[in-house]
Order: sequence, then structure tokens, then C-alpha cells
Amino acid sequence: MKRIWTLWLPLGAFALFLLFPFYWMVLTSIKPNEELISVTANPFWVSRPTLAHLQYLLFSTSYPRWFWNTMAVASAATALSVSVSFLAAFALARLRFRGAEGVSLGIYLAYLIPPAILFIPLAEVMLKLGWFDHLWALVPVYSTFLVPFSTWLLVGYLKSIPMELEEAAMVDGASRLRILFQIILPLSAPGLISAFIFSFTLSWNEYLYALVFMSAPGNKTVPVGLATELVRGDIYQWGPLMAGALLGSLPVAVLYFFFVEHYVAGMSGALKG
Amino acid sequence: MARLSPVLDRTPVLATLLLLPAAVLVGGLLAFPLTLGVLLGFKDATIGDPGSFIGLENYRYLITDPVLRLTALNTGLYTLVTLVFKLALGLALALLLNQRFAGYRFWRSVLLLPYVVPTVLSAFAWWWIFDPQFSFISWALVKAGLLHHNLDFLGTPWLARGSLMVANVWRGIPFFTVGYLAGLQAIPKELHEAAQIDGASAGQIFWQITWVLLLPLTTILTIFSAIFTFTDFQLVWTITRGGPANATHLFVTLAYQRAIAGGAMGEGAAIAGFTLPFLAVLAWAALDALRRQP
Repeated sequence: MKRIWTLWLPLGAFALFLLFPFYWMVLTSIKPNEELISVTANPFWVSRPTLAHLQYLLFSTSYPRWFWNTMAVASAATALSVSVSFLAAFALARLRFRGAEGVSLGIYLAYLIPPAILFIPLAEVMLKLGWFDHLWALVPVYSTFLVPFSTWLLVGYLKSIPMELEEAAMVDGASRLRILFQIILPLSAPGLISAFIFSFTLSWNEYLYALVFMSAPGNKTVPVGLATELVRGDIYQWGPLMAGALLGSLPVAVLYFFFVEHYVAGMSGALKG
Repeated sequence: MARLSPVLDRTPVLATLLLLPAAVLVGGLLAFPLTLGVLLGFKDATIGDPGSFIGLENYRYLITDPVLRLTALNTGLYTLVTLVFKLALGLALALLLNQRFAGYRFWRSVLLLPYVVPTVLSAFAWWWIFDPQFSFISWALVKAGLLHHNLDFLGTPWLARGSLMVANVWRGIPFFTVGYLAGLQAIPKELHEAAQIDGASAGQIFWQITWVLLLPLTTILTIFSAIFTFTDFQLVWTITRGGPANATHLFVTLAYQRAIAGGAMGEGAAIAGFTLPFLAVLAWAALDALRRQP
């Protein structure tokens, strides 16, 4: 009985606040325009649900294209960044060499530099390189925040694997590279899954770089496409916009629900020194 | 391979090779542009024109610019206010979830969702929730007889600031919750049990044991959150674009507006440059906190 006050009531309040916007997204995306513009209808319910907004989104806009663009960029950026980070993390966590401290510090500082202060000079670099408005250019660009993050995460994970394993293998005459790929790599699976999930989510959610560097409608990602092509400033935008937001959140939400534990471990692991 | 192997087994050679790809990417697309950005802040460059060095002219002009002053105030306020709420509510939710009850995993997964979904997409939902004509908040308040007309959430400076803060707190709570959950689980149960046996009240246990033991973690969470709130762009640009009348601009949205939309690259870089000293202090503080971590 006591638990109603100490647990369920406050938890319910949190749930109401934290989940309401999702309810609002779902509701709006299936609400016909007549009900959306009605000032008398109860805004919290829908009497005649419709799939018209979804249909409009999928067949009358470039949404499917944006979706695949985002999928391709996020997958490629994740694959590139996690591989590169794994190699770097191995060097930093398992090899003793001069300058390791300095490199670790550099990676850490890079992790703390937000994209928000880089996009202006990076725009110049992209122009010089001729990478503007090329979808694939987002892959190396995204690695600038994915590599520091994943390396940081993987160094922490690799340090927790006992050194004795490696020493035993070296006594048996295994080369460093063999140790890396045949012993450390399989043992790092949980850390790698965390890095994969996080990198994919961060790439999927990225907005600023894609907004600044992509301009052709066919090169946009989901957040940028919705914000620049579907926002018209009138009441009729909301149905398709909410349907697009909902659909665009699904891949990361599904990934998240399958790997909650890894996600949580990654989030708290990123806060460790 | 047989001949290559001994060379690769030399630690410095191997380490260099393994670090090279990361160094190229991070050096070329992060460290180099960062340097370029600092230099750009001292130039009168526009899009398509590299410009020339004008010393501190951009900064001198900007500190007299009322919009920049308002932006500095907004950014500070936005960061401080949301931090307090995110910390308090995030910790409260972590304490609730830490009670371990039936369905704990389900609740934890579901309540972390705001942090997982793309910020811009949830920002659309908030934008719609704060719609001047069709906001359900206005609808409910009018229905309850508390208001006679709809609130213009995003068209009134203080309401717009408050609305953005609510959206930011909504998104940021789970970050603190996850961090604190890990911290809470690391506190040995015996400590609480011993305090209970000694007759300590729940409040005493919280403030004198739990809170104190969580302090180092609080420092780290606060610094990380501060860095990302201070340089927020997505929420504000999506919901208000810095309006009404520049009332909700943050450094980054203003930099974007002037540099990308307005073409004044040098000036935009200088606006971003204003955040650098704060970021440097926060990064140093984070480093210090991480090194002290047990």
C-alpha cells in the first residue's frame, strides 16, 4: 500500500511527462485534418483514424529516399568508425608505447568537442574538398564524433580483459596481430555491440552536419528532409510531419529495445575515465 | 607475412599503424577545422570569399551587439535552469527505478526513450504541442476556465524560453537517470542497512550517504550535460529558430543564422568562438573529475 505513494504515483507522473509526446505523435499522425483543425473536438482523442498522412508521406514526398539515405549513411559511418576505433583502442589499452597518454588525452578532448562549434570551418573544408552535397561525405564527417566516442568506450572495455591471456599467447609464439584478431576481437563482442548501437543511433540522429552540407532534396536525411521539405508553416503540415517523425524514430527505437542492456552499459561506460 | 611479422611486433610500429586511421580522420576533419575555425573568427570571410585578417574586429563588434548579449544571457539561463531540473528529476527517477519492482526492466527501457529518439523528430512533437492555435495545454486551460484565450507559447519571449527548457529537460532526464542508476547500484547495501539499524531517517540516509557517495558522479554528469546543453542547436532551431525577435537564440543557433543563412562566416565563427573558453574550462573540469574517480 505504501508503494502507491513511494513508487507508482511518482513513476506514473514521470511516465506521463516522458511518454506523452510519443502519444501525441501517434495521435496526430492518424488524425484526419478536419479533426486537427477543429477547435471543438477533444484534442486527446481521434474519432476517425486515417492513414492518409502516412500515405502522403510515403507516396507524395521523398521520405522513402531520405529514409534509405539515413540508413546507408548511418550503417557505413558506424562500420567505418567502429573498425577504426577498435584498432586505436587496442593500441591505447593493450600496447605500452611512448605518447600513449597524450593520444588518450587527445581522443578524450575530441570526444568533448561538440559538432556545434565545428560546422562553420568544416563547411569550408568540405567546399575545398568538393565534398559538398555528396551523401557519402557524411560518412567520414560523422566519424569525427563517432571515432572519439567509440575509442573512449572500447578502451574502457579492453582494459577489463585480463592481460594474462595475451601474455600466454605470446609465450606460445603468437604475433601481436594474431592476438588482436583471434583473442581480443572475439572477447570484445559486448563492448563492440555497445559501440555499434551507440554509433548507429548517433548517426541516425545527426542533424547539423547533414543540414549544412546536403542541399539537393535527394541527398537529405530523415531529420533534415522533414525539417526543410515538409515544414510549410500551416496546419496541414502536422499529420505528415508527425507520421514522418514516428517512422523515423522506429529504427533506433527497435534497435534500442533489442539491446537495452548494451545501450545502458554504453551510456554509463562513456562516463568512466 | 612471415617476414613482415617481426616488424609489426615492434610495439611503436604496431601502435602507430593501429592509430593511423583514427588520427587521419580525427586530425583532418576535427583538429584541423577547429584550428581553422579559431582563425576564421579573426577574419571578415563570407561564403565564397576567404576574407582577410581583421584582428579582434569581429569580437569587438559582437560584444556591443545587443543580440549577442541577449544570446549570452539566454545560453547561460538555458543551461543553468535545465541542468537543475535534469539533475533533480533524473536522480528522482533513478531512485524510483532503483527500488527494484516487478516490471523494472520494462519501465526503465520505456522511460529512457526520450534520449534515444532523434532530437529533431521529438522537437517536432514539442513544436506542435506548443502550437499557438491548437496547443492542448491552452485547450485544457480554457476548458477548465483558467484562461480566456490561447497562450502564444512560442510568440512570447518568456513563454518561448520556458517551452524550450521543458523540451530540453524532457530529453535530458534519462541521461542523468542512466548515470545515477549505475552509481546507485555501486553503493554497497550494507551502508544503508547499518544506517537504518542506527536509527537514521530516510532523509538522513539520502543526504548523508547516498548523495555524498554520488557527488563525484554528479560532477561528471553535470559537466557532460552542461557541455551539450551549452552548445545545443537542434531543439531551438527546430522549435523557434531563435525567435521571437531573437529572444531564444543560443550561441550556436545565432552562429548558424549569421554564418550559414547569412553568409558571414567570419562573424559566425567568432560567435562560436565565444563558447570555446567555457568549453575549455568544462573539459578541464571533466578531466579532473574523471581522474579523481575511484
